[in-house]
Amino acid sequence: MTALVIRGGHLLDPAAGVDGLKDLLLKDGRVVEIAAPGKLKLANGSEAIDATGLTVAPGLVDIHVHLREPGQGYKETIATGTAAAAAGGFTAVAAMPNTSPVNDSPEITRWMQAPERGASVRVFPIAAATRGSKGEALNDFAALKSAGAVAVSDDGRPILKDSIMRETLAAAARVGLSVIQHAEDTRLTEGASMNLGPMSFKLGLRGMPPEAESAIVERDIRLVTELRDTRTHLHVAHTSTAAALAAVRQARRNGLRVTCEVAPHHFLLTDEHVGFYNTNAKMCPPLRSAADRDAMIEAILDGVVDAIATDHAPHAIHEKEVEFERAPNGITGLETALGLCLRWLHKEWKLPMGRVLSLLSAQPAALLGLKGRGTLAVGSFADVVIFDPGAEWTYRARETRSKSRNTPFDGWTMQGKVRWTISEGRVAYTAEG
Amino acid sequence: MNPAATSVRRQLQTPPVPASQFPFNPGSLLSIMDLGLAALSRLLSRATALESMDPLLRDRLLAKRRVALLFYESSTRTRTSFELAAKGLGADTTLVSSLSSSIEKGESLKDTGLTLRALGAEAIILRHASSGAAWLLESETRLPVLNAGDGMHEHPTQALLDLRTILAHLRPGIEAIDAETLAGVTVSIVGDILHSRVARSNMLLLPRLGARVLLCGPKELLPELAAGPGVIIERDFEQALRQSQAVMMLRIQAERLAGTQLDLDEYKASYQLTGQRLAAHAPLAVVLHPGPIIRGLELTAGVADGPQSAILEQVKNGVAIRMAVVERALTAAEQGGRA
Ligand SMILES: [Zn+2]
Repeated sequence: MTALVIRGGHLLDPAAGVDGLKDLLLKDGRVVEIAAPGKLKLANGSEAIDATGLTVAPGLVDIHVHLREPGQGYKETIATGTAAAAAGGFTAVAAMPNTSPVNDSPEITRWMQAPERGASVRVFPIAAATRGSKGEALNDFAALKSAGAVAVSDDGRPILKDSIMRETLAAAARVGLSVIQHAEDTRLTEGASMNLGPMSFKLGLRGMPPEAESAIVERDIRLVTELRDTRTHLHVAHTSTAAALAAVRQARRNGLRVTCEVAPHHFLLTDEHVGFYNTNAKMCPPLRSAADRDAMIEAILDGVVDAIATDHAPHAIHEKEVEFERAPNGITGLETALGLCLRWLHKEWKLPMGRVLSLLSAQPAALLGLKGRGTLAVGSFADVVIFDPGAEWTYRARETRSKSRNTPFDGWTMQGKVRWTISEGRVAYTAEG
Repeated sequence: MNPAATSVRRQLQTPPVPASQFPFNPGSLLSIMDLGLAALSRLLSRATALESMDPLLRDRLLAKRRVALLFYESSTRTRTSFELAAKGLGADTTLVSSLSSSIEKGESLKDTGLTLRALGAEAIILRHASSGAAWLLESETRLPVLNAGDGMHEHPTQALLDLRTILAHLRPGIEAIDAETLAGVTVSIVGDILHSRVARSNMLLLPRLGARVLLCGPKELLPELAAGPGVIIERDFEQALRQSQAVMMLRIQAERLAGTQLDLDEYKASYQLTGQRLAAHAPLAVVLHPGPIIRGLELTAGVADGPQSAILEQVKNGVAIRMAVVERALTAAEQGGRA
């Protein structure tokens, strides 16, 4: 494999503590050398990218995406989903198992990672915790792990039964896998299609109470406490309520390994953004109250949130052009995450850029134990995003690389334009023009 | 939470909620909020003018114009009322109901709407079980859409005919309305507020004319978060009656109760409008009900047929109001989008 040099850029690698002008040499999929500008020893005859004026950072890591394969290729394929990921600066995505069939086997886990899928960036499958994600019988976690699964989850559905969740946490801990919970007590959300509050009353829609999320998070934390096994790792997916965050905060104070992610839509939007039944503002968990949204921002700024994850959930246009109650949950997110995080977390709310990038790369990579990702230290994978940090641009959903365009962020101003995304030394995305 | 964090948080700018683009068509009536006070005034006086017009002249106003009635929920009263209103203006109407083959075969609301438009429909009157259906239909067809009831959300022509009825009793002979017209008036809405589109539209309309709205019902049917500007919760029915000049009784929508446990005997004991209650606490109030009535449940037969009942007037007012609304739907664009 030929070598690739990135010259003249500003390297920002929070995990390695680097923040300055550096040249990088990438070879055989790895970072081989980092040097002061113009000082690379082995650079002769290599292809070069001129990154003058640009930020060079570890490729972004999204630990919560839905790539829809196998089974729902009309919404997204692994090829199109990872192309969208690359356009958004992501070099690694963890794919949820609510495919058709559900990814509850080593065969499907391997199938998703096969070169034939045509992925632009690295795909890490998250396998179903229970058979068919039905919440009844545990899968063989050791087999799933050796097939490449990086965590187990029944995402889209919660694991409701205490006994099954306890077994899941214990079995996953034994093989060193994280358990990712979609925290929703579905007994409290039947027939509901948005957050319960004045807005759901006004719109005449049944609402999901915030307690439907926090009750499961609190139950799970109690189970982790009772297990008394330091290897147990509970990760709360797409946290959306102040009460759930408070529970996570307290669990951490108690020394438990409980982590959480927040999606951009949950720290930017509220249930008021549903407007008059905008199905592109319908997802699960739903957009919450302003108080919940503010709690997300606060928890990101004060460090309680471990990762930003998009919950990229593509749906075909015809599936969303229906009555609000009938529309499927979910929005796309891979192409807008960096631009929204830089526009709001960094520019507006003054979170240092290194911390924004860490929430999008180093921290999620560490959370799922993705070795050599989320940093550009010598020896790491050559997963790189090169972006223009000051550039403002407008997101156009019709230009997406995803198969779907169900986003509430169409027409929004973004900050930070991705110029190149490099996945294990190969250029996976180049901006046009 | 420490106070410092709160004060920091308060200063944060967050993304604004964009203004609504609805309605796209100036002839549409999706929400009662689509009508400002001036537009409400015009509609009410137009309803009066149309009602008293020579039917043979009225018949020419919308001669051969095409209006589609798209009814996903069965409804005798509202459908007949709209149909008579449109026909009274000379329009041709066509009814597509949930028993129609395209809907039975699973055609989407969007496709049904586009088909009606291609068939020449110039306006669509929609009744649908899903909240928001009228908004979807309007954004996909861009035709004038008249919301004849969407799920638990709104029923704007019902609120208009209720207003016409209330005005006839409490402000007889009034020419135009404004923000003070119903100052000093209290209207109680009683019963299954949670599932009622009639309640929601009236709650958005009456306070704009200065009325105070009391919502009355048990917790299962009236959540605390229903209160809002000019809208107060009063759980004690007799307290509410004593303050009211108008009382709107609602049916319990058993079909939407979905798991809610409600003891009907207990409900009747607390919330049924009986002749005795009415005489004791609101002997002068006008009694309204959007129908269909369940006699012996939310009110007694004696009250429904009694001298304070305006229930049949409401039905009559419905045709007049809907004539004005259908006329507006088909002429608003010609009048330069003046709603
Ligand atoms: Zn989920």
